[in-house]
Amino acid sequence: MGGVVEQPDKGSQRSESFRLSGRRRWSDRVAHRLLGLIAGALCLLVVGVAAALLLRSLPLLSTFSLFELWGGQVWQPMRGLFGYAPFVVGSLWVTAVAMAVAVVPAVFSGIYLAEYVSERGRALLKPLLDLLVGIPSVVYGVWGVLFVVPLVRDWIGPWAEQTVGDALPFLGRTSPSGYGLLSAGLVLGIMVFPLIVAVTEEVMRSVPREMREALLSLGATRWETTKCSVRRVGLPGILAAVVLGFSRAFGETLAVMMTVGNVAQFPSTIFDPVYPLPALIANNYGEMMSVPLYEAALMHAALLLLGVVIIFNVGARLVIERLVRRIR
Amino acid sequence: MKQMRRRRVRRALEEQCFLWLMRLSLLGAVGVLGMIVGVICWRGAGALSWEMVSSLPEGGFYLGREGGILNALVGSLYLACGATVLALCLAVPVVFYLHTYASPGGRLRHGVRLALDILWGIPSIVYGAFGFAWMVYLGVRASLLAGILTLALVVLPILARTLDEVVEMTPVLLRESTLALGATRLEWMGVLLRQSLPGLLTAILLAFGRGIGDAASVLFTAGYTDNLPDSLLRPVASLPLAVFFLLGTPFPEVQARAYAAALILTIIVLGVSVSAHLSLARLGRYVIR
Repeated sequence: MGGVVEQPDKGSQRSESFRLSGRRRWSDRVAHRLLGLIAGALCLLVVGVAAALLLRSLPLLSTFSLFELWGGQVWQPMRGLFGYAPFVVGSLWVTAVAMAVAVVPAVFSGIYLAEYVSERGRALLKPLLDLLVGIPSVVYGVWGVLFVVPLVRDWIGPWAEQTVGDALPFLGRTSPSGYGLLSAGLVLGIMVFPLIVAVTEEVMRSVPREMREALLSLGATRWETTKCSVRRVGLPGILAAVVLGFSRAFGETLAVMMTVGNVAQFPSTIFDPVYPLPALIANNYGEMMSVPLYEAALMHAALLLLGVVIIFNVGARLVIERLVRRIR
Repeated sequence: MKQMRRRRVRRALEEQCFLWLMRLSLLGAVGVLGMIVGVICWRGAGALSWEMVSSLPEGGFYLGREGGILNALVGSLYLACGATVLALCLAVPVVFYLHTYASPGGRLRHGVRLALDILWGIPSIVYGAFGFAWMVYLGVRASLLAGILTLALVVLPILARTLDEVVEMTPVLLRESTLALGATRLEWMGVLLRQSLPGLLTAILLAFGRGIGDAASVLFTAGYTDNLPDSLLRPVASLPLAVFFLLGTPFPEVQARAYAAALILTIIVLGVSVSAHLSLARLGRYVIR
């Protein structure tokens, strides 16, 4: 071949073996279309879940206004009263207690894993955290019943009542059984701990190395370097990690259901039993067919849960994505 | 001079303070993990016997008479295996599509990843309600098939995201040299599949472990029965639900069986998880880096 590329006259220049044989090209095209279709279908699955739940809860939505449902405080399906407020508030409280327990240690652990631990130590510690993720919810529940509930009943409850119960009525003990907000929050906090650690670590490791090196060469200690990279770069990412943990905790069912006491009320102290949304759905599936609108009501509860979780998840993802892109 | 020294001491003190705080919180987490396993072992080992895992519950099992939880054990294995296989059939094409045909940075790629993230975040009780909505619509009762379908939805994002991470690690050079040799993108997919087989095994194991422990999704859809599953259209028992129901009885002997069932479940899940990590470490040696 010379330096000039000549116009091939319809393929006669190229030898036959260079061209894609018909079968190879055909299978490549078919695979492209088919797999693209499956991938597209997966995207539609999210919409499908939401749409199905919305359709099933339509009978309820056409009878009551959203304000009546979300603001209603009485839940008596037999009398046709569906007020979600105690359940939503209960869910929020349990999740808030869990976050209060988990966030600070989890963020510290994530930073430690990313900044201080050697590659070998990380290879040892991360699988341990993965084990913590893998333990089933019901086993956490059993552990909660066996360990956390007695701990709250016999130690934390009496102690809180004697020391700060008078000054802070919020910490006074009201539930003698130990089942309640604090027990469920402790169990839940331990369940979401590894998730927050993993995301925090990922965010902190995406901080550029040059920045760290520049700070260290200026004489900053390691902790000062860490502090600066958290403040300048990592903070939104850590916030996103916390939000992800929150949305995971919000939908947790079995472990919470087993330790939270399941009483539909607005809690007045941290030891009160409450009734979160997932427990409401899980506890009532058997009897819901006989009462009018009951099934629609539970589907609406699932929809509510789905909405909260999707909003939080997408928000956190967007923050992380933007952060990583900005750093690069 | 004195001021400088004082400042240095303060900085060192702050460093040490936070270092120990961080170590303490990580140590606490590992300690809690040990404690959970310890408490479950301690309380579960007492009631654990060969009869527990080898026989079906007989009349009065829930009152403290003889019997075992073989129905739940077998049912859980059926559910988790079926769900993992089904999720695999969906996850593998999607993930490999992302890495072969989809343009990097394209909209479909972005959309699929976002969808997987959202699906991953949806609580399993919502999947359970979704499955139940379909069951009511179609007029079918709780069955093994419904349980498998619902559980597959729970497992799918876990499988797909793990697989996506594994495939992502394939070196760019491998792709470029394969395509430069004149391979079609479908043939490149074959190379990619072989390259990521160890990771695929890990993803399958992790998904299986998650599937066998999930209770909220099968609560409505798979039901519960004292018999072994004999048909796809009949209800089936599962291990997490066995733990839950046994713990709900008022008799201490039966509650002890719940602890034993929880111990069995924990052993299975931890075994699967550990072997997932080991397999990645061992088989990962045969991967081109």
